[in-house]
Amino acid sequence: MNYFLTEEQEIIKELSAKIAEEKIAPRAAEFDESEEFPWNLIRILADSDLFAVWVPEEYGGLGGGVFEQCLVVEELSRACAGVAVSYAASALGGFPILMFGTGEQKQRFMPEIASGSKLAAFALTEPDAGSDAGNIRTTAIRDGDHYVLNGTKQWITNGGEADVYVVIATLDPEKGPRGMTAFIVEKGTSGFDFGKKEKKMGIRASATTELIFKDCKVPVENLLDKEGKGFLVAMRTLDKTRPGVAAQAVGIAQGALDKAAEYASTRVQFGKRIGEFQAIEHMLADMATQIEAARSLVYNVAWMIDSGERHVTKAAAMAKLFASDVAMKVTCDAVQIFGGYGYMRDYPVEKMMRDAKITQIYEGTNQIQRSIIGSAVIKEALRRK
Amino acid sequence: MNLVVLVKQVPETTDVRIDRKTNTLIREGVSSIVNPFDMYAVEQALQIRDEHGGRVTCISMGPPQAEAALRETLALGADEAILLSDKAFAGADTLATSYTLAEAILKLGEFDLVICGKQAIDGDTAQVGPGVAEHLDIPHVTYVSKVEEISNRHIRVRRMTEEGYDVILSSLPALITVVREIGEPRMPSIKGTLRARKAQVITWTAGDLEADELMLGLSGSPTQVARIFSPEIRPGGEIIEGDSAHEKARNLLARLKESHLL
Repeated sequence: MNYFLTEEQEIIKELSAKIAEEKIAPRAAEFDESEEFPWNLIRILADSDLFAVWVPEEYGGLGGGVFEQCLVVEELSRACAGVAVSYAASALGGFPILMFGTGEQKQRFMPEIASGSKLAAFALTEPDAGSDAGNIRTTAIRDGDHYVLNGTKQWITNGGEADVYVVIATLDPEKGPRGMTAFIVEKGTSGFDFGKKEKKMGIRASATTELIFKDCKVPVENLLDKEGKGFLVAMRTLDKTRPGVAAQAVGIAQGALDKAAEYASTRVQFGKRIGEFQAIEHMLADMATQIEAARSLVYNVAWMIDSGERHVTKAAAMAKLFASDVAMKVTCDAVQIFGGYGYMRDYPVEKMMRDAKITQIYEGTNQIQRSIIGSAVIKEALRRK
Repeated sequence: MNLVVLVKQVPETTDVRIDRKTNTLIREGVSSIVNPFDMYAVEQALQIRDEHGGRVTCISMGPPQAEAALRETLALGADEAILLSDKAFAGADTLATSYTLAEAILKLGEFDLVICGKQAIDGDTAQVGPGVAEHLDIPHVTYVSKVEEISNRHIRVRRMTEEGYDVILSSLPALITVVREIGEPRMPSIKGTLRARKAQVITWTAGDLEADELMLGLSGSPTQVARIFSPEIRPGGEIIEGDSAHEKARNLLARLKESHLL
């Protein structure tokens, strides 16, 4: 396949691959085991300008978009999805500021997000508001020149490590989505604290924590967009970042295929390399084909978004759905090809299988993606009538 | 502070093949990289510059393709890159190479510190660095594992030895060759890589140097390679066991007598 990348995109891809191979891969198992946040690797990504790829030049970025961000996420995910999601989550926190922030807010936050000197995070999910995002209970009450936030956010990627949080709260829980409002909350704001750090099945290098707000005073200048626009901010943000999750899935799958193909061409049983058996050969063929199909879908959606296409919800959902299902299937098959070795932690594929699972769950479960796609298909059919 | 780094482009694989007729490396079909030890030298130079200011100039002698190695150093943040490339330089041994590099450094003008990798992974001689220092008539320290301090006039470094390290204070200008322990080389940045693609790598030919032509290339190379072979692996030493110092001493004495050394 040739995706006709520009010279700059080639540089971004090659450098990300180099960092993944030389710096991340040798330490992936270590961070998976220790569940420590990989700050030294994050610093390398920052020093190499990778956080800058999707940020406009006026804020110190490289002027790329979702496509460039996907290239980085994909390459990093081949080595470690936990490191990749820590990188990607900063964009998840940064995109809403870029899309909905005032000039002053962008000037204040974007340069540090672009340089990677500060990580960002996005906080929507709560214990009773997962797929049902409109059901959030974290409240924001206006009090003079600030808002007072109370409530708990759950499973926030980069929680505790990030400095800048885009938090979705509600001015009135009775209003549902129409009461939802987005705020930029900085680490260190009084009344803003972090709860327990989760112990996860996969992506264990990444930090996932609760955010706890107890009479947390957020200045009015940190209101993102307008009151009542929080649900829209969240949905538009997720439209933009879903290809990132899909790219993560493609990267995990590619990493697993690379390992499985390498193993199949060296492992000898019955006097033959196992890759010479049709049973294995056909598995590898299906894995490779599915990955390439997923990649084409992801790149295409990323291009659509970057070209300014407005109606991307269905396509973004398709990319995320397909790529993450491919990642789950391919990583399972990679473990199967490795046989008993694949089940052992001494080999990298079982981690990839654990990492792949989350891509079917976060930023909208695949069931939610199917609902989005399905209702769009029905709507199109009705319009044609 | 003006820092000069000497960089060599080498074949990627350490599994190099040798042409048995000419006793030289077969370079066809092998991709090239910057000699890994030179990357440590670049890193050390960039660290000194980042802390004390100044300029990092990387110099390489080689065929026109060696420009790629220099661009890599520019992507990491080197300020300037100079390629010494001329048919007259071809076939140089370590003597002619170090002479040519020294002439290039003199042409650059003022410099405070020259940094090299401890050796190149293809030839493995470790002679060019010290050779350059001799041609320049400046002090040199090999196998440097740490730069402890650098000022306008002095540098204090650690030199790795088999037992530990020496601390050496040298006047400047000087030349050091560095080992892996100096610290991991940084990764290039996207902005640096984009800059490096556009940057100009200056090429100097023999005519640009005020050099004695008889000392360049093959004519300046007295080395004759008689044979290339893998050296025998030195067997490890023997540890004399014993429950007490007294017993160990007795056992040692017995072994020495047994070997007719006493």
